[in-house]
Amino acid sequence: MIELLRVTKSFHPGKSNQFTALQDVSLTVEPARVTALKGPSGSGKTTLLTLIGCMARPTSGRILLRGAGIRGIPAGAGNGEVEITGLPERFLTGIRRETFGFIFQHFNLVKGITVLENVMLPAYPTGERCGAVSQRAMELLALFNVARHAASRVDRLSGGEAQRVAIARSLINRPSIIVADEPTAHLDTRLSREFMQIVRSLKAEGKTILVASHDPIVYDSPFVDSVVEMRDGRILGGGATP
Amino acid sequence: MRKSTVFVLVTAANAILLSIFLLHGKYDRGEAAAARSASAEIVRKLRLTDLCLFTEARYTRHPSMTDFQSPFQDHPLALEHFPSGALVTPPGFRREGP
Amino acid sequence: MNRTVERHRNILDFALSSLLRRKGKNLSLWVVYTIVVFLIAAIVFYTHALKREAALVLQGAPDMVVQKMVAGRQDLVPVAYAGKIAALRGVSSVRPRCWGYYFDPISGANYTLVASESPSPAPGAVDIGSGVARVLRVGRGDLLPIRSSSGAPMLLTVRKVLPCVSELVAADLIVMSEGDLRDLFRIPRDLATDLAVTVANSDELATLAVKISQRFPDSRPILKSEILRTYDSIFDWRGGMMVVVLAVAVLSFVIFAWDKATGLSAEERKEIGILKSVGWETGDVLLLKFWEGAVISLSAFLCGVVLAYFQVFFLSASLFEPALKGWAVLYPRFRLVPEVDPYQLVVLFFLTVVPYTIATIVPSWRAATVDPDAAMRS
Ligand SMILES: Nc1ncnc2c1ncn2[C@@H]1O[C@H](COP(=O)(O)OP(=O)(O)OP(=O)(O)O)[C@@H](O)[C@H]1O
Ligand SMILES: [Mg+2]
Repeated sequence: MIELLRVTKSFHPGKSNQFTALQDVSLTVEPARVTALKGPSGSGKTTLLTLIGCMARPTSGRILLRGAGIRGIPAGAGNGEVEITGLPERFLTGIRRETFGFIFQHFNLVKGITVLENVMLPAYPTGERCGAVSQRAMELLALFNVARHAASRVDRLSGGEAQRVAIARSLINRPSIIVADEPTAHLDTRLSREFMQIVRSLKAEGKTILVASHDPIVYDSPFVDSVVEMRDGRILGGGATP
Repeated sequence: MRKSTVFVLVTAANAILLSIFLLHGKYDRGEAAAARSASAEIVRKLRLTDLCLFTEARYTRHPSMTDFQSPFQDHPLALEHFPSGALVTPPGFRREGP
Repeated sequence: MNRTVERHRNILDFALSSLLRRKGKNLSLWVVYTIVVFLIAAIVFYTHALKREAALVLQGAPDMVVQKMVAGRQDLVPVAYAGKIAALRGVSSVRPRCWGYYFDPISGANYTLVASESPSPAPGAVDIGSGVARVLRVGRGDLLPIRSSSGAPMLLTVRKVLPCVSELVAADLIVMSEGDLRDLFRIPRDLATDLAVTVANSDELATLAVKISQRFPDSRPILKSEILRTYDSIFDWRGGMMVVVLAVAVLSFVIFAWDKATGLSAEERKEIGILKSVGWETGDVLLLKFWEGAVISLSAFLCGVVLAYFQVFFLSASLFEPALKGWAVLYPRFRLVPEVDPYQLVVLFFLTVVPYTIATIVPSWRAATVDPDAAMRS
């Protein structure tokens, strides 16, 4: 479970161009559920995801992670509950790597290397054995129907294939939470629906999924358990409804 | 095979080759020792003072016997004539010497 | 432990894939790098081995050579000096040396003519260095025509050819009897080229040299230590052709490598952002850059050094031959005894591998410390 308590994020605080992207956001994200963030451009969806995903720190407020699925934190730090706002950088990276899987709007695949290597990328610095990682990567690629491209370079892939490779990559470290920012922005309707099917199967596996999108295919989908609407850095309607 | 394995193997092979070379240089020198003692014998018998490296001029053939002026023939700023004169010069200590 | 090794291997894997993406560029960089290391290492090996060889072979050189100077030039020394010097305390023997140079207009080569007294060739007979035999195409029993300084030709019989393993000291020698040499150059009996002095105690050499130059102000004593020192400083790198060529190569390489290593393209910057966003730490990114630099520089260093060793000690530095040969017609052929100074290897390592690797890491430093969320907004 992810809990945000009165989280505020300001960019360039104290300067003339100070900008508050998130204002007093409190939110609870239930585990093994699909939560969609919706809202107009600039409303702070991406900012919220980066805070939850340990990529940036809030200016004020607390973010708590709870549950058995939280890995990558120092042993004995709390009883299954971590406040990520206070952790040093090193542990944040650990949590980001082990607990979160990210799917980006632009897929963010590394050009010039193979599909397989791209999928294995997040696992390299963990020091896990290469054989185990590549086997897992192949399984994921097979799961998403792109196994036959494993040895080809990512530049050759179509948009939908690249998307599925990106999803495979987000799952390589067996995260319990998947964070996706505008995952369907570069996909057509059919591929977007396909993506939602994948989301459904991930949910069935017990993963917590957070999607930011202004695509109705996403937030109107029956697989989405709760929709959080945002505007100008605030949550409308007082937060999630399970 | 993994790329890193290939790299580590190639590097190790190179390093081993280099060590073999260095060891070979240290131990396998029976022939070299013979050549050296033959040369040393000639040096001793004929009272030679120099190595025969460059034969084109007397100051390159016998650099230790030559005087400071000779490489420049008459004027210290005259242009060097022989290419090897650029590699071999009379030792600098002659200049301050007694 | 295992995880650390595995992490290094994983990142090395990725570094290699990453280098292979720009195959042409990195390969050419590697080739130039190897050539530069090869040239520097070959010169270092060559000169070091030559110095060692000189130090060992010239151990048997005279303790001191006394020349006579006339108007700043070397002149023939009166044999009478020998007796007077021999009378000085501490001197064990003084032998006059007769030797000189002979330019053969037919082959265009310079030879060194030396009179030998202990196993003196019979009058009319000579021993020749194997270089002479090669240039003149003569062998044992052949006749060697030499034009004396009076213009009259002298026919000398080759008694033997000196062993070719001694070519480093004897390639251009023509050894003859003292009488023949004096006749050839018309050197009067009471003069010699210089005097070879042997002393009982080599510690007294310097004092003796002072004494000799006081007794004979027109003389110039040359000590054995000076002879050996000459060979320590023999390869003066001032303006040598090879050095010029090398300097240009090194310089252009430095510019090239600098440009390649330091210039972080927008593409690479973006890639670092991606790596950060998928969970790489700053340290992981720097490790990746370290390996990218180390792979190229380490392998180029090893290849360059191995090739240099092979070329200097197995191929007798045949690539350098044109440069070292200069204008000489007679070029001695010798095989150097492998001598490598580990210290020089270490210095070469630190001068080639370390700067390049650092030059790859440093520019990535800034890019590697970007916030991971930057990739979300690209
Ligand atoms: N590093 C930054 N410095 C200053 N302002 C920033 C920075 N990052 C984001 N912002 C601002 O914060 C606001 C929220 O941005 P955010 O990316 O979260 O919006 P979003 O809801 O994801 O919009 P979109 O739907 O277009 O992706 C925007 O107005 C943006 O300009
Ligand atoms: Mg956004």
